[in-house]
Amino acid sequence: MTFLKLLIRNRLAAAGAVVMALVLLLALITPILPLPDPDVTNTSNRFVKPFSEGHLLGTDHLGRDLLARLMYGTRLSLAVGIAAAIFAAIFGAAIGIIAGYFGGKTDNIIMRGVDMLMAFPYILLALAIVAALGPGLTNALIAVAAVNIPFFARNIRGVTVGIAHKEFVDAAKLAGEGHLRIILTEILPNVIPVIVIAMSTTIGWMILETAGLSFLGLGSQPPQADLGSMLGEARSALITNPHTSIVPGVMILIIVMAINLLGDGVRDALDPRLRSGALTRPRPSTAVARTSEIPKPRETGTMVLTDLETQFHVGQRVYKAVSKVSLHVEPGECLGVIGESGSGKSVTALSIMGLVASPPGVITGGSARYDETELIGAPYEKLRRYRGDKVAYIFQDPLATLHPLYTVGDQLCEAIRVHHKVSKKEAWQRAVALLKQVRIPNAEGRAKVYPHEMSGGMRQRVGIAMALANDPDVIIADEPTTALDVTVQAQILALLNDLRKERGLSIIFITHDFGVVAQLCDRVAVMYAGRIVETGPTQAVLDDAAHPYTRRLIACVPELGEGRRELHAIPGLPPAVDKLPAGCAFAPRCDKADALCQVGTIELEGNGTRAVRCIFPETKLSEDVA
Amino acid sequence: MGGYILKRLVSAIPVLFGITVIVFLIMAMIPGDPALAILGSYATPENVEKLNRDLGLDQPLVARYFIWLGNMLTGDFGRSFSLNRPVIDEVLDRFSATLILAGTSFVLCAIFGIAAGVVSAARQYGFADKAITFAVLLGISIPSFFLGMMMILLFAVRWKMLPVSGMYAIYGGGDLPDLLNHLIMPAIALAVVATGVVARLSRSAMLEVLRQDFVRTARAKGVREGRVIWGHALRAAMVSIIPVLGVQAGFVLSGAVYIEMVFQWPGVGRMLVDAILKRDILLVQGGVVFVAACYVMFNIAVDVAQSLLDPRIKT
Repeated sequence: MTFLKLLIRNRLAAAGAVVMALVLLLALITPILPLPDPDVTNTSNRFVKPFSEGHLLGTDHLGRDLLARLMYGTRLSLAVGIAAAIFAAIFGAAIGIIAGYFGGKTDNIIMRGVDMLMAFPYILLALAIVAALGPGLTNALIAVAAVNIPFFARNIRGVTVGIAHKEFVDAAKLAGEGHLRIILTEILPNVIPVIVIAMSTTIGWMILETAGLSFLGLGSQPPQADLGSMLGEARSALITNPHTSIVPGVMILIIVMAINLLGDGVRDALDPRLRSGALTRPRPSTAVARTSEIPKPRETGTMVLTDLETQFHVGQRVYKAVSKVSLHVEPGECLGVIGESGSGKSVTALSIMGLVASPPGVITGGSARYDETELIGAPYEKLRRYRGDKVAYIFQDPLATLHPLYTVGDQLCEAIRVHHKVSKKEAWQRAVALLKQVRIPNAEGRAKVYPHEMSGGMRQRVGIAMALANDPDVIIADEPTTALDVTVQAQILALLNDLRKERGLSIIFITHDFGVVAQLCDRVAVMYAGRIVETGPTQAVLDDAAHPYTRRLIACVPELGEGRRELHAIPGLPPAVDKLPAGCAFAPRCDKADALCQVGTIELEGNGTRAVRCIFPETKLSEDVA
Repeated sequence: MGGYILKRLVSAIPVLFGITVIVFLIMAMIPGDPALAILGSYATPENVEKLNRDLGLDQPLVARYFIWLGNMLTGDFGRSFSLNRPVIDEVLDRFSATLILAGTSFVLCAIFGIAAGVVSAARQYGFADKAITFAVLLGISIPSFFLGMMMILLFAVRWKMLPVSGMYAIYGGGDLPDLLNHLIMPAIALAVVATGVVARLSRSAMLEVLRQDFVRTARAKGVREGRVIWGHALRAAMVSIIPVLGVQAGFVLSGAVYIEMVFQWPGVGRMLVDAILKRDILLVQGGVVFVAACYVMFNIAVDVAQSLLDPRIKT
């Protein structure tokens, strides 16, 4: 029933349905309407203009009443179009079900034939059939139905193949039921919806096609007229008396448009992706809708985030993916941001340069300052100039993040040439140099290959090379090693570490793996449900974590050579960020939680170098550490 | 690449073979004596006897098919009785006119359809998107033959900007500007429906691609938005747009039949309709086989274009 509701809510589709119902109703009651005989000629009364006495739409070249001819013509066109659709559906479905149900050789032979028929431009086939059978409305109907049979056969075969191997069909076979009985009682009821949908999307076509054949003089023969032959007959008087052409033409237009609107509505209502509104394209930069003033930065560094807030607005729901996150990173420093999937760490990273998909993403507050420049809410062009030049990203899964149809060399060249005016040749040389720098063997050759021709580790190196292309000050690495095996991961981490030391890069390293943080990061920030729950120097946090969640995350890391230690997965799941509980978001999964943990707001408190958001920390942060 | 083209050409052989079988079987449905049906009012006893000998009409169906196929392979499509000239000559003459019309329309529908789809997707839910979506709905709903007639009324009769019909002016024409002048209206009328279909598909293909991670990567590199859309995204979207262009070529070719009637364009479609009305069966048969074969070849070209665009297709 949601389907019907969706269809009605779609105003255009509803309008199409109303118009179509009206046309159908008029066509049905035409014989009982007080209309003159559509075939009675009166040559003394030719080409009467519309809106004349006794002839609302005027008369045609033989003095016949156009309104009457239009009504009967519409009736005939609809009848023929619908009949053609029904024939095409019945024969197409029969062929499709037989092919799909019996499979094997039967299927192969039938589908080959169907493919052959589809190799024709449809009108050639229709013309050949009409040529063989002779012009006439019945033959035109047969031709149009025949031309559309392959379409139905192919669709319905696909569905039948899926059903033919279901348990209930096997059960019926085991029970000794005959093929015909199985097809009629088990298969057919399941494919009928598909048949109906295929009909609803093609019926407009069939009306148009039969009208077209009649227009060519190959369909309905005088004096009988459908809309197409009315238009065809009127063509010779087009210049002198255009109304005889316009009347049937507009009618065809109205019918086909109403059916198209309805068909689109049906398709949209059935397509679940459109239903959730997921098929929206992200804008060039994330929408910013501040609800508060730009906060003053409290820390210093190349990149300073202050109270950053990013939300996802989906329908009525608001997902608070990032809630007041503050981070900073100094030149040559590596900051680790760690958390489970869904903790908001990637969204935080993407918010900085406005790369959160929007819609549905909205940055609702906070500040991200690079080198004294505010990035949140900066004009697009300013943001674009910084992207890749001053602040570069390394993404996870380079197979999806590199363009599949450009060579890696071209993608690197582009990164350089976006920000620097250099010749193509020069850019290419730098691209090769970059590939060498990230230790890709045979860099000259590798620059010419496509991403899918490389291994995962090599692709990840290309991603790093691309980030380094313009010698940025800040690199934001979003789980760059997650998809890689351990040895490659170690190589990539070592590479990043060297680069940081050589170039004085600031790195923000997003990960869910404390092992990686321990290898690379100077400081670490732990995120949970969109908030930072603990932050401090990596070694201090690792040695003596203050937040219970941090402890559990550290316990998740297996230690080499200590095979006996168990892995402590954290029971439960992170909370949905559209319904965050009061107090500590981790409380429901925490051993130490008590009633106090679930009220009010718990602040991130600390001593300057370390901070924790917990009222029962695992360890007391001494005041004199700083 | 050469190997791939060869492979695709070889795979077309059974399809071409199938086309001839289907056309032959359809023509075998003609009720009564085929010689009489083919000759119609030209059926003198000598003619009937000659045709029976040439086409082997007194032989069994299978033998007749192979005689017909063999003749066609040597370029002999038979003789049109209504025109009294070899079918292949007439088809080639007419097909060149159709190619000019349909080819122009195809290029128009590809360029404007893709452009409209891209703009529509890039400005999703914006004014341009809504305007294009509405225009597309109108375009795919209006029968091309009606659109052509209305264009004649407006541009040729009322504003006298363009010639009413034909391919060249009867007096003093015949050069390229004259051809283009005559081509504008029919080419546009023919292109409208296909443009709408291509625009629709391009829009959804672009929306699909714009959500992909590599588009985000391009933006993260600082690539200008224009290039993100028309370069990165469109190139990837072309992978799903090109096959639709192949299908649309068939629709343009089909629509050409109506447009040729409306604009008196001397193409193969009008030839077929005239031949059907005159019951010139051999001309219909030859024309259909020839055009269908050309369409199959065109689709091979589409496949090759696809493999040039997408390095992931194994060639």
